[in-house]
Amino acid sequence: MRIRRLVRMAWKSLWLHRLRSLLTVLGIVFGVMSVISMLAIGEGVKEEAQAQIRQLGASNLILASVKPPEPEGGNEGNARVLAYGLLRRDLEAIRLAIPEVRHVVPRRDVPVEAWVGHRKVQATCMGTEPEYLAVAGLRLAGGRFLTRTDGAERAAVCVLGAEVARRLFDHRDPVGELIKAGTHTYRVVGTLAARGEGTGGTAGVGGESDMAVFVPLPTLQERTGDLVRVVTSGSMSSESVELHRITVQAVSADEPVVQRVAQALRALIRLRHDRKEDVRLTVPQELLRQARESKRIFTILLACIAAISLLVGGIGIMNIMLATVVERTREIGVRRALGAARRHIVAQFLAETVLLSVGGGALGVGLGLLLPQVVTWTLGMPTLVLPEFLVLAFGISALVGVVFGLYPAARAADLDPVEALRHE
Amino acid sequence: MTAIVRLEGATRLYRMGEHTVRALDGVDLEVPEGQYLAVMGPSGSGKSTLLNLLGCLDRPTTGRYWLAGRDVSRLDDAALSRERNRRLGFVFQSYNLIPHLTVLENIEVPLDYAGVAPRTARERSTGLARRMGLGERTDHRPGQLSGGQQQRVAIGRALANDPVVLLADEPTGNLDSATGLEILDVLDGLCAAGRTLIVVTHDPKVATRAHRTIHMLDGRIDREERRA
Repeated sequence: MRIRRLVRMAWKSLWLHRLRSLLTVLGIVFGVMSVISMLAIGEGVKEEAQAQIRQLGASNLILASVKPPEPEGGNEGNARVLAYGLLRRDLEAIRLAIPEVRHVVPRRDVPVEAWVGHRKVQATCMGTEPEYLAVAGLRLAGGRFLTRTDGAERAAVCVLGAEVARRLFDHRDPVGELIKAGTHTYRVVGTLAARGEGTGGTAGVGGESDMAVFVPLPTLQERTGDLVRVVTSGSMSSESVELHRITVQAVSADEPVVQRVAQALRALIRLRHDRKEDVRLTVPQELLRQARESKRIFTILLACIAAISLLVGGIGIMNIMLATVVERTREIGVRRALGAARRHIVAQFLAETVLLSVGGGALGVGLGLLLPQVVTWTLGMPTLVLPEFLVLAFGISALVGVVFGLYPAARAADLDPVEALRHE
Repeated sequence: MTAIVRLEGATRLYRMGEHTVRALDGVDLEVPEGQYLAVMGPSGSGKSTLLNLLGCLDRPTTGRYWLAGRDVSRLDDAALSRERNRRLGFVFQSYNLIPHLTVLENIEVPLDYAGVAPRTARERSTGLARRMGLGERTDHRPGQLSGGQQQRVAIGRALANDPVVLLADEPTGNLDSATGLEILDVLDGLCAAGRTLIVVTHDPKVATRAHRTIHMLDGRIDREERRA
């Protein structure tokens, strides 16, 4: 029998019991829908995480100063100076000793209150070098970034992060204006584009540079020295940190290159900071790999859930088809008398099951396309439906139809024609 | 005349628990081409078993069956299905039309299994529906037809693959006498056109139209009458 006719006949007998057919496939519909939705949510989360990591730069390696754990019996209450973290001499050592590096850019962070007239904003004053713009992947919104000359002249100039510029100047152009950061005055030479935008991510991504006031590192050093005053739980303490961050950009984003640079940096830090644990190395590329790995585990988990839900759906279909076979015993007998071989009966019932599950699969795909949208609208979660999800879900549902249709179809075909004809 | 149907010592045993029931007990039967044969007898006499054997729905436990010259007594299920499809036509007491198919689609079921192309099948089913006097009702479903009309559809369906034998099981059993006569007229017409008919019936009116009537009793042919 021709496939088209087979499908048409199957459709006819399913249409005869529309409600029952619909209820039968609900398991498959929801199974497929949830598979697609969960994959879409997982993919969206992964994309967002990867975008955040990518923002750090795939060829970058980031050394950050971290406050070492408090020594036992710390002299609380007493004003003291805690010195830790990256040193200017580390910077020089890295520049001298590490090969395959394009840029090595230091950064020093000092919390400040930035003022323009009566407007005040809590910002971070970041002392850095001109290469920071490129290495951190920042874009200018107006004016220019810091230059070598700014540093050499200890110029009192600054570049504002997008959020700082907005809060201090609203929609006025800040370039050329003066701001006060702490007790010092700087002239604004440029503003940065907001970091959060353009990545499709949620708010807060890359907020660090949005809330920054960039100044030449030598200027910051000259004006504030190395001490930073910190208020911790009511008591005042001082910390001495020369540099908060050193961003090392490898000559390429190739994994072996980044790995070699990472190894060299780790060796250097071990040598120079011994057991102080006051420097942490972050390799975005490694994070990316970890993110992929955890995504893989997540995907396996989802696949299990999907398999279970489709199994349940398949059992539902099989159950109904078995009942259908009993209900249509007479018809089977008549068809056998009219010359249907066993394979014709198998084909007929299999066609109905496959049509059911494929129809349910299609419905599930439709809903599976819709639900992630709803999730994005209502919960603000990023979702991403890849075409292969649809193919996968649809393929599995068709497979379920075949697997769970075979037994009822075989039962139908094995009926004795004489007995079947006598069935009331 | 050649025998279209030839049974030789056909026996059919059924196991019922510890007992063995001899539903058919060494039946010899020859039906020549074009003959109209009526099979009568009380219930349990083996009529239905005989019909099932002749209709290739069942196989004799012992003995042999030639259908149109071919020994079909030991064929497998697929081959028997093919015999039913190509060389036999069935008419049942309760019509046994498929309720969700239209008149034409019902007639096309055997054509489908024979692998006839849809367009050819449609031409043939339309022709058969017209011949059975159903011309206007080809798109109706069985539920929308009277009993007589349904039986006409069933006869059309039985003729779809131009069978060598038409087997009917109480074809008038569910019909009022007037309609029953109409159906018998249709069968007469087929007989006149040279079709071999075997009709199982309780109805003596059928027997009056047949060329030959056999009476079954206890799984054997008890006696036989021929119409002059």
